Amino acid sequence: MKSFVVKRAFWFCVTLWVVITISFVLTRSVKGGPFDEARELPPDIKRNLLEKYNLDDPVLEQYADYLAGVVFRFDLGPSLKMRDYSVNEIIAETLPRSAFLGLLALFIALFVGLSAGIIAAVRRGGAVDGFIMTLAALGIAIPNFMLASVLIILFVFVWPLFPAAGWGTFGHLVLPALALGAAFSANIARLSRSGMLEVLQEEYILTARARGVRESRVILVHALRGALLPVVSFLGPAAAGILTGTLVIEKIFAIPGMGDFFVNAALNRDHTLTMGIVIVYCIVVYVINLLVDVAYTLIDPRVKL
Amino acid sequence: MSNARGRRRKWIERIAGLASTHPAAFVGAIGLAIVTVVALLAPILPLANHLEGRMEEQFLAPSPEVRPISVPLDHGVAASIRTALFGEYELFNLTGTDSKGRDLFSRIIWGSRVSLLVGLIAALVTLIIGVFYGAMSGYLGGLVDDAMMRLVDILYSIPFIFVVIYLISILQEYSESLRTIGITRETVLYILIGAIYWLTMARVVRGQILSLKEREFVRAAEAIGASRFRIIVRHLIPNVLGIVVVYLTLTIPRIMLFESFLSFLGLGVAPPEVSWGLLASDAVAVISPVSVYWWLAVFPGAVLAVTLLSLNLLGDGLRDMLDPRIVKGGRP
Repeated sequence: MKSFVVKRAFWFCVTLWVVITISFVLTRSVKGGPFDEARELPPDIKRNLLEKYNLDDPVLEQYADYLAGVVFRFDLGPSLKMRDYSVNEIIAETLPRSAFLGLLALFIALFVGLSAGIIAAVRRGGAVDGFIMTLAALGIAIPNFMLASVLIILFVFVWPLFPAAGWGTFGHLVLPALALGAAFSANIARLSRSGMLEVLQEEYILTARARGVRESRVILVHALRGALLPVVSFLGPAAAGILTGTLVIEKIFAIPGMGDFFVNAALNRDHTLTMGIVIVYCIVVYVINLLVDVAYTLIDPRVKL
Repeated sequence: MSNARGRRRKWIERIAGLASTHPAAFVGAIGLAIVTVVALLAPILPLANHLEGRMEEQFLAPSPEVRPISVPLDHGVAASIRTALFGEYELFNLTGTDSKGRDLFSRIIWGSRVSLLVGLIAALVTLIIGVFYGAMSGYLGGLVDDAMMRLVDILYSIPFIFVVIYLISILQEYSESLRTIGITRETVLYILIGAIYWLTMARVVRGQILSLKEREFVRAAEAIGASRFRIIVRHLIPNVLGIVVVYLTLTIPRIMLFESFLSFLGLGVAPPEVSWGLLASDAVAVISPVSVYWWLAVFPGAVLAVTLLSLNLLGDGLRDMLDPRIVKGGRP
């Protein structure tokens, strides 16, 4: 287990180094430099700016500075367009909002998906099963931004239950989290249903029933563990997908989270900010995948890392 | 003659058989066929102009009418076929109009051409990279295989969607010089998207090749001195094409979703081109409490969802039919 984590960490560092290097080269190779805007700045101001951002050093020195900054101080440098802020400040402000939204969406996806999957498996072949699985097939196919606009029209304008957009109260979070989590709850419902069906054929389930264990206990304790395995291994991709989803959802609902800043940075060509957020996303996805792998061994003792 | 008829009957029986054993896949195939045919026929269908509209017709709620064409047609072959078939008329306002008075139905159909094309071309890119990579890795084996698969593992751990958005933002700076060498925004999209979705394909192909390469026909080819390249290209790859088609069918919807996602964010297909993601973005841009333009969100969304659903159903069905690792109705 320990060697597994060390090995993974090693390869992750290599990956991150490659990503940082390539993005550094790309960022710095952009023609004209970041301050080459339509209006020519007075030379003094321009020189001061270049000095502040270390852009007048030799390129290799800039690279070494940046890499050292990331590794030792986790300093991702200044933002090119939001001149009063560093990338770190922007991330520190926006990441918690996105994380909160993402966790809520993941929680909704797990809760709805698992309940639906278990119900469908228990009632397999029946009308309830058919209904849930049709809904799940649809849920996977509907893009989150479409769902979001339909939800806004229905629950903000037609039937005003929630505020349209913004950030602050719990009401602001309900629609975005639903729109974000829906596709993943559909996936989880399918996975847990098939996992459950497979487990329910096992002999230990028959044994449990023969011993007179209550059916609810058989389903929720004995069988659920097996049904959880495919869901747990899906959590890595699901978390990555939810992170991706925050980009659009935060834009639609005007939530000042990291995804929204990332898209705007990419559109405004704020390359240091874009690159900094990409690095943060890489780390987040990596940590989640590691946690998922560890969780897998806890649920299924047969799996060795 | 009777032979041909017999053959035709056999085909019909086969298709009917498929429809009864895999109804979902059959429905998916039909849905996909309809969307594709309509997209292909767009220039000769009596649609209103999808790029120009009248401001006084903005945000009309759906109320279909047939009217004389409002924007003169060009003088191409397609336009004359259209005039011959439908006369100088157009179908207007079947699903409402947008903020510039353009006909939404027409925009959905023209948008389908871009969305489907991106899906198809990017999927072909994944096919080429994934199949060759997987086949080489599986056939060469040993250290080469280890190194190539380790690379795939590492790439799996990178959230590429963000990297692609970063690359697109960098490439915006070079859009002028790229255009002079004939690389448009769409080309960049095809290549970038194709370059990130090949990983699963490579893994699947490698797994198949590993079991195939021990078979007699490969040994026989080796014995008569065929080169490695020839064995991979002529003997191994044709044998994995079934599985490859399955995963291609499952990759296309993911790519189309990603395209619509990028276009929605303003980083994908750019106006005046139309794609389903752009239509969704238009819909969100005009959401306001003053009046609810529900048709702008609902119709493009429904068409995209139906297309993705069709592809998913078809892909799942094909996988059930062809993938030997999945045994229907029991544990493998």
